[in-house]
Amino acid sequence: MTVHLAVALDGAGWHPAAWRETGPDVFSARHWAGLVTEAERGLLDFVTIEDALGLQSTLPDGPDERTDQVRGRFDAVLLAARLAPLTSRIGLVPTATTTHTEPFHVAIGIATLDHVSGGRAGWRAQISARAAEARHFGRRRFPPIDPHAPDPSAEPHVRDLFAEAADAVEVARRLWDSWEDDAEIRDVATGRFVDRDKLHYADFAGRFFSVKGPSITPRPPQGQPVVTALAHARLPYEFAAGSADVVYVTPHSDEQARAVVEEIRALSGDLKIFADLLVFLGPDAARRKARLDELDGAELASDAAIFTGTVRELADVLLEWRRAGIQGFRLRPGALPHDLEQITRGLTAELRGRGAFRHAYEAATLRGLLGLPRPASRYAEVS
Amino acid sequence: MSRKRVHLAAHFPGVNNTTVWTDPRSGSQIDFASFVHLAKTAERGKLDFFFLAEGLRLREIKGRVHDLDVVGRPESLTVLSALAAVTDRLGLAATVNTTFNEPYELARRLSTLDHLSGGRAGWNVVTTSDAFTGANFRRGGYLDRADRYERAAEFVRLSRKLWDSWRPDAVAADPTTGTFVRPGAVGHVEHRGAHFSVEGRFTLPRGPQGHPVVIQAGESDEGREFAAAHADVIFSPHGGLEEGKRFYADVKRRLARYGRAPHQLKIMPAATFALGDTAEEAAENAAVIRRRQVGPQTAIAFLEQVWGRDLSGLDPEGPLPDIEPDLSEGVSQGRVPIKDRAAVAAKWRALAEEKGLSIRELVIEVTGRQTFVGTPEGVARQIDAYVQADAADGFVLVPHLTPGGLDEFVDRVVPLLQERRVFRADYTGATLRDHLELT
Repeated sequence: MTVHLAVALDGAGWHPAAWRETGPDVFSARHWAGLVTEAERGLLDFVTIEDALGLQSTLPDGPDERTDQVRGRFDAVLLAARLAPLTSRIGLVPTATTTHTEPFHVAIGIATLDHVSGGRAGWRAQISARAAEARHFGRRRFPPIDPHAPDPSAEPHVRDLFAEAADAVEVARRLWDSWEDDAEIRDVATGRFVDRDKLHYADFAGRFFSVKGPSITPRPPQGQPVVTALAHARLPYEFAAGSADVVYVTPHSDEQARAVVEEIRALSGDLKIFADLLVFLGPDAARRKARLDELDGAELASDAAIFTGTVRELADVLLEWRRAGIQGFRLRPGALPHDLEQITRGLTAELRGRGAFRHAYEAATLRGLLGLPRPASRYAEVS
Repeated sequence: MSRKRVHLAAHFPGVNNTTVWTDPRSGSQIDFASFVHLAKTAERGKLDFFFLAEGLRLREIKGRVHDLDVVGRPESLTVLSALAAVTDRLGLAATVNTTFNEPYELARRLSTLDHLSGGRAGWNVVTTSDAFTGANFRRGGYLDRADRYERAAEFVRLSRKLWDSWRPDAVAADPTTGTFVRPGAVGHVEHRGAHFSVEGRFTLPRGPQGHPVVIQAGESDEGREFAAAHADVIFSPHGGLEEGKRFYADVKRRLARYGRAPHQLKIMPAATFALGDTAEEAAENAAVIRRRQVGPQTAIAFLEQVWGRDLSGLDPEGPLPDIEPDLSEGVSQGRVPIKDRAAVAAKWRALAEEKGLSIRELVIEVTGRQTFVGTPEGVARQIDAYVQADAADGFVLVPHLTPGGLDEFVDRVVPLLQERRVFRADYTGATLRDHLELT
């Protein structure tokens, strides 16, 4: 049984004090170029790039005034595009929100990423429930997030945000399909550049917005780039099952992994299930993490399980979870580039030794790497 | 007095009939390789910047997608960001609409491009008010026409507040002291205006250019005033030498009102070109290109836009129709409407009769011929003369072929401009602001 491997890139790594280990310039293209080329050297399926329309914070909503952690972040779609020409096989999956952005812009942005990368684009679709971020736009008011709510995703306004996210993904997929693959004909005799019978209105009208279409961007190489979502509870599972191709879940044990897989499989038979793990790797992993915790003044907390240990020990966990039905892993390196290199050089070799990871890239597109078929346009007439 | 420097930009061939897709040399309009080819050619020629236009809805004629010109384009800033990886010095600019974007998000995207390109980002600010394009967006196209420049101005002011909100030294990133951002260095922005109400913190440090280069296009009085107040570059409509000089003098004169010096706003009209080894050959090439730009079906489509009727039954190589224009409503959506169609039709009729022109010949005659036609020496001389006469600070070159349409200009005209010492032999600065001598 083989596994898919992705890494989640963010700042200097997922430990808030990670930047103090190596002091990388997170606002340079070079920093990101080094990370993504390293990930490709390790033959990973894809990288994700975190993003939000607001400053990082330790508070659930609004800035925290801390000066000792990385603050500031690039637009992830543009960053992914900047990295595309530097790589040739690895998938690029930026985060883009569905809440404040125009669905049309997100759809053509991801389609364009697919064009510039030759079919390696994905999209991590994310809602934004934060009142502070809504104030950056001044169009909507959100109630403050209650940090003590048992399931924040069940709050009524959050429920609406997921419904809107589903609409945004639906619009994107319709726009991606709105040009049939062979719409461009360049027929000199009749003077026609396109066959307009192969361009289609998306004609989407929903509770939150309507979009006419067609897209301004021809159909992406993958047909539809890969849509992914992080999910921790029932409502986001339903969103992922209805809208995404890949879901990232956060079990903390193999029992939990089994339970999550069972719950999601009841919703969708073909959604790819990845588990997130925040990892510190190497013989001194525990010591490194403890030192970073001390620098940060707090023990690291995460929605995902935190793993410290050797790549051999991690491989044991991954294969155990694989048997529970988890098909791939999105690893969040604790500190960059160290924990990324442990993954790309150590973990991949360990898994390969057990017959569980690829020896070479077997496909040129992200869909190809994930074993997802290229969808036909919904508007194409079957002949 | 030393001679003025010429500034040159390269426009990626767009979705109108300037772009000749019927030529066998015409390549893909969407493959990244086409963008790379043109951008690298522009950089080889030491041009100031590469430019992408915008169109957020496919153009329609008679209620259907207009299929005679190139259709389709990428999302501009995404392509520019990718091009930043394969170029080093070339400025990267695009039109981005203020009606269908929000300041916080767009300012952030432009700042991202500026960071990731090492200070090469440019933004052509346009504001539309058309419901046709608005149908693709949450916001719709409800903007009152009169509010257009007001919205654009507020959008730019707010963007600059956001770009300025991190102190220049905000990022310490000093592992020894544990200070990533200096205390108090990430400012709180609060903006309450007629069009936008925004408050909070921006997510990016000040970019390499401070502010990306702001471009404006438009010749109306309001447009000129907006440019004088806010823009670093103005794309002027190209007129003759005298018209260009008047426009230039008028726009530069307005700058003082805003405490700005004449060199702080560069005037760059769009320019098409046709080259040849001799003047005769160039004229012949120009005519061939014009005939390809105005194919038989395109000629009829132009006529239909003025006549407001279905004229698909007419012979494009035959005479103009006897029937009068239908002035009730236009047939075309997604492009600038033609004003006073009755007068245009009368003028076209008179011209066709006087010169004995067919429909296609007439359309070729009345739609713009190439700005510069001649030998490389002749074109270099004309460009230099325009700039030295204060009719422009330079030009945005619009090739008619994707992706190779700039090759000949860069190989043959640029060296002559360099010989004349009016165009840089190499880049002397790193940022687009440096190239444009704005600082």
